[in-house]
Amino acid sequence: MSSYRIQGATGEWEVVIGLEVHAQVVSNAKLFSGASAAFGAQPNQSVSLVDAAMPGMLPVPNEECIRQAVKTGMALGAEINRWSRFDRKNYFYADLPQGYQISQLYHPLVGEGTITIDADEKAGIAEARTIGVERLHVEQDAGKLMHDQHPTRSYVDLNRSGVALMEIVSKPDMRSPSEAGAYLRKLRSILRYVGSCDGNMEEGSMRADVNVSVRKPGDPFGTRTETKNVNSIRFVMAAIESEANRQVDVIEGGGTIVQETRLYDPDRNETRSMRSKEDAHDYRYFPDPDLLPLELSEEFVAQCRAELPELPDAKRARYEGELGLPAYNAAVLTSDVETARWFEALLDATGKPGAEVARAASNWLISDLFGALNRLGKAIDESPVSPKQGAELLALVADGTLSGTLAKQVFEIMLETGDDPAKIVEERGLKQTSDTGAIEAVIAEVMAANADKVAEYRGGKDKLFGFFVGQTMKAMGGKANPGVVNELLKKALG
Amino acid sequence: MTAITDLGIAGLRDGFRAGDFSAREIADAFNGAVAGAKALNAFIIETPDHAIAAAEAADRARAAGELLPLSGVPLGIKDLFCTAGYQTTAASRMLGGFTPTYESTVTAKLFAAGAGMLGKLNLDQFAMGSSNETSAFGNVVSPWRRNDGGNAALAPGGSSGGSSSAIAARIVPAATGTDTGGSIRQPAAFTGIAGIKPTYGRCSRFGIVAFASSLDQAGAMAQDVRDSAILLEAMSGFDPKDSTSLDVAVPQWEANLSSDLKGKKVGIPKEYRVDNMPPEIDALWKQGIEWLRDAGAEIVDVSLPHTRYALPTYYIIAPAEASSNLARYDGVRYGLRDLPEGANLQEMYAATRAAGFGPEVKRRILIGTYVLSAGFYDAYYTKAQKVRALIARDFEEAFRQVDVLLTPTAPSAAFALGEKSADPLEMYLNDVFTVPASLAGVPAMSVPAGLDGQGLPLGLQIIGRPLDEQGVLNAGLAIEQRAGFTAKPQNWWAK
Repeated sequence: MSSYRIQGATGEWEVVIGLEVHAQVVSNAKLFSGASAAFGAQPNQSVSLVDAAMPGMLPVPNEECIRQAVKTGMALGAEINRWSRFDRKNYFYADLPQGYQISQLYHPLVGEGTITIDADEKAGIAEARTIGVERLHVEQDAGKLMHDQHPTRSYVDLNRSGVALMEIVSKPDMRSPSEAGAYLRKLRSILRYVGSCDGNMEEGSMRADVNVSVRKPGDPFGTRTETKNVNSIRFVMAAIESEANRQVDVIEGGGTIVQETRLYDPDRNETRSMRSKEDAHDYRYFPDPDLLPLELSEEFVAQCRAELPELPDAKRARYEGELGLPAYNAAVLTSDVETARWFEALLDATGKPGAEVARAASNWLISDLFGALNRLGKAIDESPVSPKQGAELLALVADGTLSGTLAKQVFEIMLETGDDPAKIVEERGLKQTSDTGAIEAVIAEVMAANADKVAEYRGGKDKLFGFFVGQTMKAMGGKANPGVVNELLKKALG
Repeated sequence: MTAITDLGIAGLRDGFRAGDFSAREIADAFNGAVAGAKALNAFIIETPDHAIAAAEAADRARAAGELLPLSGVPLGIKDLFCTAGYQTTAASRMLGGFTPTYESTVTAKLFAAGAGMLGKLNLDQFAMGSSNETSAFGNVVSPWRRNDGGNAALAPGGSSGGSSSAIAARIVPAATGTDTGGSIRQPAAFTGIAGIKPTYGRCSRFGIVAFASSLDQAGAMAQDVRDSAILLEAMSGFDPKDSTSLDVAVPQWEANLSSDLKGKKVGIPKEYRVDNMPPEIDALWKQGIEWLRDAGAEIVDVSLPHTRYALPTYYIIAPAEASSNLARYDGVRYGLRDLPEGANLQEMYAATRAAGFGPEVKRRILIGTYVLSAGFYDAYYTKAQKVRALIARDFEEAFRQVDVLLTPTAPSAAFALGEKSADPLEMYLNDVFTVPASLAGVPAMSVPAGLDGQGLPLGLQIIGRPLDEQGVLNAGLAIEQRAGFTAKPQNWWAK
């Protein structure tokens, strides 16, 4: 259990958090129409007659969206309901052309599952925790209103109207903002692995409704509030903290928490009441009579399972087990599907995809490549160096052509020019030398120029050995094989 | 010689093929009849240009020897079907001036089969009504008059009252209808024509302005059973654009028509013997039984025990679905918008919907909103769904014993306009015999079977197994042949 507590005037308070995540399904078309679901079209360019709710138009489920949701459910280890049904959620708003949203209240597509969040000492998560997922269902997104286009009118953009969303509802299992953050990161990671949602919170393809309540440790759950539509992990964590503190203040001030919907204002870092339970909508949910129950064939479910990729937890275990990577490396490489993909392409390109080169490859990726990408402000899928080039570089180190220092130099040039490492080594003569004759000659020069230090070393000042290594390497332009240098120096210095 | 406008689909089709007349002559004759029958108020708009264009295409097709099933046949189209380029209103101010850019699947099929369109037929507003008095474009008048010497204007039935009136008056040879709780069958019975509601899912709902999605079904209205079969065949078929459409082949109903009912069993449900049933209707029902026996069928008494719950069940489910289906008429994107000066969004909704919907539509939206609201949902909607399942099971069990059921179509002949409009319950009771088949989704048709003492038509209803439209049509044909219904209304409307 989390040790996160809010210190109130009356003692410690525990925070109870549940998250409802809306994740936009990756699909060419909307949930019930053939219109494009791509982001970034001109307003009202991706709107079919169905999306605009013209008279007589009917929804037809898009199998691809259902497939994505089923695969996501499987990735959460959840039960897939072979029989589910769509319901209408009725309310009026200008961005909701039908006057109802097609959703799944009574019989969701996916039942209970879990998400494991990892231990993170820095974030106060002492050990890995399993967070329950209550359900996953599919539903339509609404359009959006634009209030800044005209002095007295609001404009409506229906491009998002009808786009498929997965609503993934957690159990109230989280106990700190960090756990909520870790849950969201892990969920996003899983969605990206499955390829069912791009997880891009800035573009709104993943948003969270945050349920928060507080209680004295050991007490039953308190009354919760729901903060709607928070659109970054950082804001989710900040909203929880601010809302939990507000609730503690209210309760300790003698008030009671009202079950209500709130909004988070990131500029002021506070939540504000949107509407209370009393004036909550009566959505008049009922089964959508335009749609038959969604019945999944055994074949369809099996196909979804077969299409499911290796997921982050399994991959991580394999990296640690089969590849023998340190836990840290395995965790870093698997947290994001693009990184894992890049790493596996790198391993493949070495021609020896296995434990043999995995550790060196993982270290290089995590320190050198990540360092460079950070500096360049690029994501891994935008890396100027390809996995194949990375593998070639690692091979040059492994066969002694390049020292570690030389490899770093070559990598810098690769980043700049995009050239293959072999070409750079060839053209710039950066090859490491193990030519003992040449190295011995340089050592002799170094010892002659530093006769006093040679005497001191031989007089017992062992630490000076490093000095001689440095001088020799320097004189050789860094191209000498450090192992050979060490060996020959020991011999020469006696 | 018979006037062209006296002919139905088969007569026109066959005469056209035989070269008795051109398609253009047919179109001109019916366009003229339509233009001369304004007193019936059967049309919301007339579309003579469409009928002429289709006729000219049919004449060219005939010359080229490339005839289509409905080449040369013009039709009336209920104004609930969206027609590309032609105003579609659902008889509501809400959609006044609304012209779809798209074609309903049913009308697309009919036009692809060579049919032309004479106009968009009037109906009860959003298909909600049993008398056509809820239309925002004025009520349709039945061409029939009582033989009592009075001139009371009679209801053509509803909601497909424009269709029934126009066919009975012979200003269209046939028409599309839609039936949610009896909207094809009851008007057919009131006006002495045939009308069939097929199995739910036979005809695509795509492009039909929705009333109650789980009940709405398009169907055929025509002078007789054969024409109904021809028209329904052209309207039916799987449509991937409607999730509830049935992916089954359309049988050749016309080619397989047979009034020989040997080996068939006809069920007579005792629950349809309601209190206060006019003796004439009861007598006609008994006559119908004899006709079917004469056609070779065995008559079996059956029970549909949940029949008495059908009407209340229907008046929960249909308004519930309607309240949601009609939410899209909000003034934001198309149709009527009433935006009072300085009004906000909520006020625009309120003003638009207050001005756009008629009283009956509002009543049903209110009922539907109520039965779906928190705290009442289980007591009304959930319970109604359970009862609906029981009603469907009644039919399943009956159809284990018999092939079709015979009942009266409506508990009365046509009533006078204004006679029931003050009392919604009284009006709703007129659907008592038609609603159960709608709830069960099974095919049912009304065939004209006789006249009452006031000279008004009465219909008998045949209800069949799911997808057994053939059985329904065949039993209908057997009655039709024996009833010899040839009565026609006196023409008082033509200018």
